[in-house]
Amino acid sequence: MSNPLTERSAAAIARDVNARTLSAADVADAVLTHIDDVDPQVGSYLTVLHDRAREVAAQVDARVAAGERLPLAGVPLAVKDNMCLTGTRTTAGSKILERWVAPYTSTAVERLLAAGCVPVGKSNMDEFAMGSSCENSALGVTRNPYDVTRVPGGSSGGSASAVAAYEAAIGMGSDTGGSIREPAAFCNLVGFKPTYGRVSRYGLIAFASSLDQIGPLTRTVEDAALAYDAMAGHDDMDSTSIDRPLEATAGHLRTDLRGVKIGLVKEFATGKLDAEIHALYEQAYRDLEALGAELVEVELPTADYGVATYYLIAPAECSSNLARFDGVRYGLRVDGADVHDMYERTRAAGFGPEVKRRILIGTYALSSGYYDAYYVRAQKARTLIAQDFERAWKACDFIACPAASSPAFQFNAKSDPYSMYLMDYYTIPMSLAGLPALSVPCGWVKPPGGDRPMPMGLQLCAPLFKERELLGAAHAYEQKTKHALTHRPLIADTAAPSGSV
Amino acid sequence: MTTSLRTNRSIPTLSSEKIDVRYVAKLARIALTDDEIERFGAQLGDLLEHVDSLAKLDVSAVAATAQVVESRNVEREDVVRPCLDRETVLEQAPQRQGGFFRVPRIIAES
Amino acid sequence: MAWEAVIGIECHVELKTNSKMFCGCANEFGGEPNTKVCPVCLALPGSLPVANKEAIDHMISAGLAFGAEIPTFSKFDRKNYFYPDMPKDYQISQYDMPLTQGGTVRYWLEDGTMKECRLTRIHLEEDTGKSTHAGSGDGRIAGSTYSLVDFNRAGVPLMECVSEPEIHSAAEAVGYLEALRRTLLQLGVSDVKMEEGSLRCDANVSIRPVGSTTLGTKTEIKNMNSFRSVYRAIESEIERQIGLMEKGERIVQETRGWDEAHGVTVSMRSKEEAHDYRYFPDPDLVPLEISRESVERLRASLPELPHVRFERYTTRLGLDVKQATQLIDNLPLAVFFDTAVEASENPKQATNFVLGDLSRLANETGMAVHESPVTALHLAELIDLVEGKTINSKIAKDLVVRMWNGEGSPKAIVEREGLAQTSDPAAVERFIDEVLAKNEKSVIDYRAGKTNVMGFLVGQVMKASAGKADPQLVNRLMKQKLESP
Repeated sequence: MSNPLTERSAAAIARDVNARTLSAADVADAVLTHIDDVDPQVGSYLTVLHDRAREVAAQVDARVAAGERLPLAGVPLAVKDNMCLTGTRTTAGSKILERWVAPYTSTAVERLLAAGCVPVGKSNMDEFAMGSSCENSALGVTRNPYDVTRVPGGSSGGSASAVAAYEAAIGMGSDTGGSIREPAAFCNLVGFKPTYGRVSRYGLIAFASSLDQIGPLTRTVEDAALAYDAMAGHDDMDSTSIDRPLEATAGHLRTDLRGVKIGLVKEFATGKLDAEIHALYEQAYRDLEALGAELVEVELPTADYGVATYYLIAPAECSSNLARFDGVRYGLRVDGADVHDMYERTRAAGFGPEVKRRILIGTYALSSGYYDAYYVRAQKARTLIAQDFERAWKACDFIACPAASSPAFQFNAKSDPYSMYLMDYYTIPMSLAGLPALSVPCGWVKPPGGDRPMPMGLQLCAPLFKERELLGAAHAYEQKTKHALTHRPLIADTAAPSGSV
Repeated sequence: MTTSLRTNRSIPTLSSEKIDVRYVAKLARIALTDDEIERFGAQLGDLLEHVDSLAKLDVSAVAATAQVVESRNVEREDVVRPCLDRETVLEQAPQRQGGFFRVPRIIAES
Repeated sequence: MAWEAVIGIECHVELKTNSKMFCGCANEFGGEPNTKVCPVCLALPGSLPVANKEAIDHMISAGLAFGAEIPTFSKFDRKNYFYPDMPKDYQISQYDMPLTQGGTVRYWLEDGTMKECRLTRIHLEEDTGKSTHAGSGDGRIAGSTYSLVDFNRAGVPLMECVSEPEIHSAAEAVGYLEALRRTLLQLGVSDVKMEEGSLRCDANVSIRPVGSTTLGTKTEIKNMNSFRSVYRAIESEIERQIGLMEKGERIVQETRGWDEAHGVTVSMRSKEEAHDYRYFPDPDLVPLEISRESVERLRASLPELPHVRFERYTTRLGLDVKQATQLIDNLPLAVFFDTAVEASENPKQATNFVLGDLSRLANETGMAVHESPVTALHLAELIDLVEGKTINSKIAKDLVVRMWNGEGSPKAIVEREGLAQTSDPAAVERFIDEVLAKNEKSVIDYRAGKTNVMGFLVGQVMKASAGKADPQLVNRLMKQKLESP
């Protein structure tokens, strides 16, 4: 049995550390011990920050003792390994950065540390955030804490499994096409992607610049709200960062949905999914109604083009963003007869197949003669998708739909690249439109061939900048249904006999 | 039929052409084995077939989205800020020589 | 066969700002390698660019100075290619919506002829790092075995200025470059020093038969490190092309490097295929919307431009090309000059004094004219004294030196020292009579036909009068006396 300290919410930990009835040092110790016990099986972390965590915990205790009140005092934090933290290995899950140590810290991480978080580890991820299962990591395997034969989702798989297995209370993730929401759904967590530009991207290793957003993975909506409040806000180091006043979300979360209109998307009708899954979502929609919401049908006619649009825009941007990994200034270098030979060998050895595929398709989409047909056309389709949402908002306040079409699948289940891309079907349109969206646990299903119940996530999406409203709706749903509490993660309970409290 | 900004070629139907993977890999500076060229060629062709669906969309009335959230003129004041210390800059260089990064010959002429 | 050369010039100008284009690293020449870099300009994973406001303003000022159009919208695009001095392996540049469109550079040749060359565009981008090549024995890239890269320069704001092919000789090319340099220097937007790399240029050169309107095959000439090199390189290339065409051979479209030591252009046959730069709008930066108010504000603070000043000096004030250029290249002096002209209304005298005595004193003492005790108004006063015949020109020259030494205004010195020239005919006559009496032989010589003796006699009168006699009066009266016995 793991130390109950590890299972506490961020809100509870912060409250008690601020009240000095709990020390950040004790929380850190408990979590680090637990990590040592379970991570060999789960594989959430590429780097565990034993020393750094203890150092920061001590600092947090000192700050609190000196009278500071820190919104996230002592909260153990998993940092996705595509976010720079000074002095830590930051790999983006890739061989090309396997040994690279960041000399600076990303803004979002810095803000969480300023709020009192204690970084316990750098979590595993699909290489350069390209993937939906964490299987594309070149440096480690992460397993779903609810069933270790299954993937945790991706690309923020390590942060998801860490929080699910009580190896952290907040996981930082990044979402480009669903990489926070999908792993959250697979691991029984809340995964929140704010409006594009709400959280600084400075220090986030770029995948697709116009889509990447940082957000939290947590066990409760309230924790997600606290994390968002701490990390969000304008940053003058990021030109795409929004300069707009922030509304606090934590402490402003509603508990019912009276007067709220929730849109069910015609194109996302769950009738075509597995019967048990369909029933699950139907129940979820009824639960929303029971909370007072009015369900209305809306249309997103261009949503079906989302995956195609995304798989042109994202690779195009990433083909350019990943050019800098060339063996000249940092990272892996494989020598060559001349510099261009060196580039080719370095990148061949340093990038995995999915990354190569996307760089190739992106390069192609931008190349002479194809730019208008592919890239520009996709950006126009993107405009149409955004317009679809704008029309939908005339009829409803939120959109509800699945976060993913199935629960976590088994390793190697999706060998065909395109079938993996389809995992992002429901999450991509919101990313393309830059809208705030999240996944909240909505129940359990028995996957075919599986014997353990696996969690599924309800995706909620709101208009631009409506983070407070969105988190409120999720909170109301969570408080009523409490699906997350139905089953415990398997892995948390199979700790080695020695070393656990 | 419209013409590309960059060339006078008319827009091809999306996936009817076979991707010259070797050429694209060269542009992207990634060495591929013959096997990979074949495999990626097939996978990319596959992806492009799916992406082909975009050709059906009527995009004539819209502009391309350059950015999701409209923002203009994000600029900074012309002020010097501290830079990185040189050791930090060079200590992770794959190859250095004194204060410089060292790279193999850049063949620009024969 | 008469041939015409058709030349286009492409310049890269480093803008003068405190910090780099997209980050806060210092923008300054020199320094130990890799000491002015940060995560952004070194392209570390996760870094992002933020545009330098001053650089954008400099671009707009430069565009306005050349009469270019400043569009309402502009943006940055990525130009993708791999090279070791390019940290991101793409360059943030501008493709289809540059900060300025069109414009014209007006320049003058050594004989004063005014010429024009239109601009295709001026756009803003970031500079690359610098590589030095080792192992080939001469620092050249060919034959080198490795290269060393310094990223201090990476990210410095760079203006790329492309002219239309409307230049037709090496002299015109240099005239164009001089005008570009003078204008940008005067605007304060760049130091424009070729020796420091803040001005770099390439030339596209082709030839065609006179009267033809189609363009011949062009070659791109690089590696010209001074205006003199530009001149020699273009002349050499024109000669080479004419030589080939007259032998019936083709011109190969290629890049050629100027070899200063051997005085020839040499083919730089490169292994690279034509670049596919895959331009697309940079998603890390937002578009620029340039308000008409900000354009007008910048336009209002433009100084009088070199070519305007040149035309004013040569056409209205009667200066020759050399004189006008001398002033234009020394703006504080030109301002001094302009003030003196306005106050004295005598451009000719002002020119003589400013470019003559005052400039000489400046060279001798190492103090600039406008920093000396001589003010422009003093000069105007001096000119008035000379024109009003209060003093003669020799006295005036003395006065200049005294003024330079801080002795005060010309009027004050004249009064104090009693330097007013003697214009009283009676007094002058007395001096003349004195001199004639002492020089009977000269008088006889003059009356015998040796009229050049007069110069000596006048000189004697000047001596006797301690230089103060009005020379013109002396001449007139002396002549009268000599010619009427």
